[in-house]
Amino acid sequence: MVKWYRPGTLDEALEIRARETVIPIAGATDLYVRYRRRSGLAPEFSAPLLAVGHLTELQGYSDENGELRIGAGVPYADILSDGRTPVLLAAAVRELAAPALRNVATLGGNICNASPAADAACPLYALDARCELRSASRARTLPIAEFITGPGRTQIEPDELLTAIIIPPGPGRVTAAIDDDATTRVLYRKVGTRRANALSKLAIAAWASLSGGGVESVGVAIGAVAPTVVRSREVEADFVGSLESLREKTDAILAAYGRLVAPIDDQRSTAEYRREVALNLVKQFIEQSLLA
Amino acid sequence: MVRDDLGLTGTKEGCGEGECGACSVLLGGRLVNSCIVPVGSVEGLTVDTIEAVRETPTGQSLVQRFAEEGAVQCGFCIPGMIMAGYALIREKGGQTDAEIREGISGNLCRCTGYDRIVAATRAAFRDEDRRRG
Amino acid sequence: MSHTISAPVERLDAREKSRGEARYLADLHFPGVRKCRFLRSPAARGTVRVLQAPALPEGYAFVCAADIPTGGRNSVQMITSDWRVFADGDVRFLGEPLGLLVGPHAGVLEELAKAFTIEIDEVEPAFTEEDGLACVGGPSFGTDNLFADHTIVKGSPEDAFESARLVVTDTFRTGVQEHVYMEPQSLVVLEEGGRLTIYISTQCPFYVREGVSSAVGRPVSEVVVKQTVTGGGFGGKEHYPDTLAAALSVAVLAVGGPIEFVMERGEDMLFSAKRHPSTVRYRAALDENNRVVALDADLTINAGAYQSGSGVVLQRAMFSAAGVYDIPNVRIRGRAVCTNTVPNDAFRGFGAPQALFAAEGLMTHIARRIGVDEVDFRRSHLVTRGSITVTNGTIREEVILPRIIDHVLDASDYRGKDAACKWGGGRGIGLSIFKHGSAFTGSGERDIIKAEIRLRKHADGRPEIIASTVEIGQGALTTLRKIVATELDIPVADVLYHDADTSRVPDSGPTCASRSVAVVGYLIEQAARRLKSRMNEPGEIEVVQRYEHPPELVWDQETYQGDAYPSYSWGANVVEVEVDRYTHEVRVVGVWTAYDVGRAIDSIVVQGQIEGGASQGLGYATLEKMELKDGRYQQVSMADYMIPTSLDFPAIESKLFDNPYPYGPSGAKGAGEVVFDGLAPALASAVEKAIGGPVHELPVTPERIAELLRGRRETDDSIRPEWIRAVDKG
Repeated sequence: MVKWYRPGTLDEALEIRARETVIPIAGATDLYVRYRRRSGLAPEFSAPLLAVGHLTELQGYSDENGELRIGAGVPYADILSDGRTPVLLAAAVRELAAPALRNVATLGGNICNASPAADAACPLYALDARCELRSASRARTLPIAEFITGPGRTQIEPDELLTAIIIPPGPGRVTAAIDDDATTRVLYRKVGTRRANALSKLAIAAWASLSGGGVESVGVAIGAVAPTVVRSREVEADFVGSLESLREKTDAILAAYGRLVAPIDDQRSTAEYRREVALNLVKQFIEQSLLA
Repeated sequence: MVRDDLGLTGTKEGCGEGECGACSVLLGGRLVNSCIVPVGSVEGLTVDTIEAVRETPTGQSLVQRFAEEGAVQCGFCIPGMIMAGYALIREKGGQTDAEIREGISGNLCRCTGYDRIVAATRAAFRDEDRRRG
Repeated sequence: MSHTISAPVERLDAREKSRGEARYLADLHFPGVRKCRFLRSPAARGTVRVLQAPALPEGYAFVCAADIPTGGRNSVQMITSDWRVFADGDVRFLGEPLGLLVGPHAGVLEELAKAFTIEIDEVEPAFTEEDGLACVGGPSFGTDNLFADHTIVKGSPEDAFESARLVVTDTFRTGVQEHVYMEPQSLVVLEEGGRLTIYISTQCPFYVREGVSSAVGRPVSEVVVKQTVTGGGFGGKEHYPDTLAAALSVAVLAVGGPIEFVMERGEDMLFSAKRHPSTVRYRAALDENNRVVALDADLTINAGAYQSGSGVVLQRAMFSAAGVYDIPNVRIRGRAVCTNTVPNDAFRGFGAPQALFAAEGLMTHIARRIGVDEVDFRRSHLVTRGSITVTNGTIREEVILPRIIDHVLDASDYRGKDAACKWGGGRGIGLSIFKHGSAFTGSGERDIIKAEIRLRKHADGRPEIIASTVEIGQGALTTLRKIVATELDIPVADVLYHDADTSRVPDSGPTCASRSVAVVGYLIEQAARRLKSRMNEPGEIEVVQRYEHPPELVWDQETYQGDAYPSYSWGANVVEVEVDRYTHEVRVVGVWTAYDVGRAIDSIVVQGQIEGGASQGLGYATLEKMELKDGRYQQVSMADYMIPTSLDFPAIESKLFDNPYPYGPSGAKGAGEVVFDGLAPALASAVEKAIGGPVHELPVTPERIAELLRGRRETDDSIRPEWIRAVDKG
């Protein structure tokens, strides 16, 4: 028998969370598969479940002081249909799983699972997203890159809940498809095991702000090629400057990413392929999004 | 739950892990894979299964078009496909083949190659347009 | 299609399936039913030293080889009889059943399974064909691990190689494919009226009956098999269900029934039979006119731990290894190799897809090697009526391949697109040409199957088809009724046809091998003709029809000489692809198909076969990868084993050519498998052009393409490498 808590408010939820060990649950699409047993048998969880997806405080989607705040319990389908969603995130969500999954699966759940192949994490890294955490006694926010510490591991404390994802203003947060004259260029590519309803072999989310014939700033995140999403401010600094100089620095940039990625072999792909294609996708971003 | 406790066997189980779509139902009007929806999270929401949808005008037209277009072979995925088509028709109202393919992309079929299913769903959309005038 | 029988009718099972009213096995309720769970070997090969069951609660039981009744035997009768019901003494593949746990609650069965003590003295297993041929760990079967080893010869290949101008060698490999029927393996066994009764999702009720009967040692008259609505088979429910039914039957006789087994998807993907991996090594001899004058093929298939149907799969592979080409001198050796993997068995195409991928690849590669147009080169070698086959039989029908090929070339604008493709430029278009023999190989229909059907006119005037051919999604319920309705000139829905029950239908053979319409349909048509004049007579009338081999066909099963198949279906496919230069992902842009299946009994049913076959064939070619690691398959969930979705491939263009066959109903030949055979070779050829290099292995995954391109960079090959070894002989 599965034991459930279904609190009416966030405060109640946090009280339960402070009191005992529970597994917070929203869409449950990943959790139920992870804990499933044979058909006809209810999943067996190591602790009672704490339903949080329905909480008003986790449901909001707002734009305040220029910061997008997406409640951790908002299903993907709603993120996708909201015009304020940055194009990089929307692109990732659109290719994530399939419609039925997107109707219940949440951004918060995807992040808390901290899978290296979590599709939504990649654009959030590129957009410098922060995770809003609440407990009964405190609130804090952490950059996503600090929140996720390794495969399946996060900084969340046993009494905390992830309540929202905050996307700060920034050049990468454009919401519309980009035409050739635009000053921001974006690229999202997921390399999946097939064209739909697929898990990622790897993915890239990248943006660049252009001005005066050169690159002003850039954000490049590569997913599923290391224990956590790969992003390097150091290498990103090398993009900055004229397009001519970028052309010359391309090999050095690729070599730098080559030192950062550490992919593995698994049932979906090979380390060798992931390494090569990760660099190819950075190359595609440079060649097609920036230099073309 | 749907199959074993309520005896609604029109909803099928093809994989038990939310990958195949044979178990599709509507939860609060939205398409979901029932095999991975915890019963605890259904509280306060309506659940529509194929047993309800097949009696609606949209459901009847889907069933008819699936039959006419030759969209049904082994049939195991089809109740789920009908649910996906129903959700699509309910949500939108005039669809391209690309949108239909996207809408059923979480419903796996091993027999048909999907072309007949897309054609049948397209025809059901036209029926709906006619019904709505 | 101009002929009236081909005009589509609505499938008779469509509405109840769509409405969720059709009752698949898992939808049926049997009072008092108990669940069961297989206890499986954790090792791929070895001797079972300890198998200790925990204390079992009331109502729970463990059944194993020792429970096989007196008079029964621990093997399931198939074409051969080597597949054991339960491992006994030794284990031969990882997951081989050690026994069956039975009881009321699945959760308790899970806990009990974990409490067993199993100790196995492991022996080094052989997993690949190479391992098997090298008898790694010592032979598992006979002295050489060869379940079958045959050679067929046409003409004088040795002389032809001797005098050849050019000899080329080439090698092709294919991987495992899992059926992924949407309804998993499912059955319930119980005793009903003193008879062992099996409700089961199957293609072949009489195979199940025979397998169970031999295992439990009861006459077939005391075993009843009732087919339930079957959610797909594709060969995966041809023999494999026999093994499940035998195990549950042993249990029912030992501890009582009913017992139900609905296989978990993961368990099904791990342990059910799969398509044979294969290797084909060719030598081909060319004369001074660039004609292939001799072919030498060495073909091996990985049979897995038990032979089951591998010998017959091997025959079809061998007989397909020269493709559709008339080559005067041929030697083909085929071997089915015993290994320690899950046994491989029937899968749509039955060995032909593996061999046709190789044959088409070989011909294309030779054409490129000698610098001639690959389409013209292949066309100039096509068989025609009167050609002698590799088994020294005769092609007796009119071969309309040239028209079929012209059609797909035109429809796809092959010539224009091919000319526009730059070698290695990321785009490519490929053609495949192929044939598929309808029905059982050789004299199988005459000597083994001996199909019989009955057609009964009930007192109310309605005719009923009484046959063991079953609906598995392919449309048999509709097409076979349509044959009767057309003959008797009545509505299709007036013809009765029930799910097969071995206690009331004759054995008309299994539902496989593209034989349901071509063979059984013909018997039904003949019976309907005989019944027609008697339809006005009062009361019940029954007509019995038995298979008669077309008298002109010749076959020697000892030497594999003669007419391997009574007729062939023919086809040509064009596949156009783009290969992403950054990710090496293959995107299929267009698929054009054309077939001669004699005459379609129902154009929409055949179209459904064409589109579904194409999707499955393209999945086989690009997506469906199943890798073995330490004896265990790695892609064993629907999240990891990739069957195509609605977004993977474009809509399939198709055309049927009417070419009626005299011994088929209304002129129909088989259509279920030929529609699978051509996709992989056409796609492979297209990919070769897009990446500028050879493809020798299926599936063509992005990882494999990356490897091919990497290999080319590393060896600094030119844009057009020589990928087949060739020896110029003056």
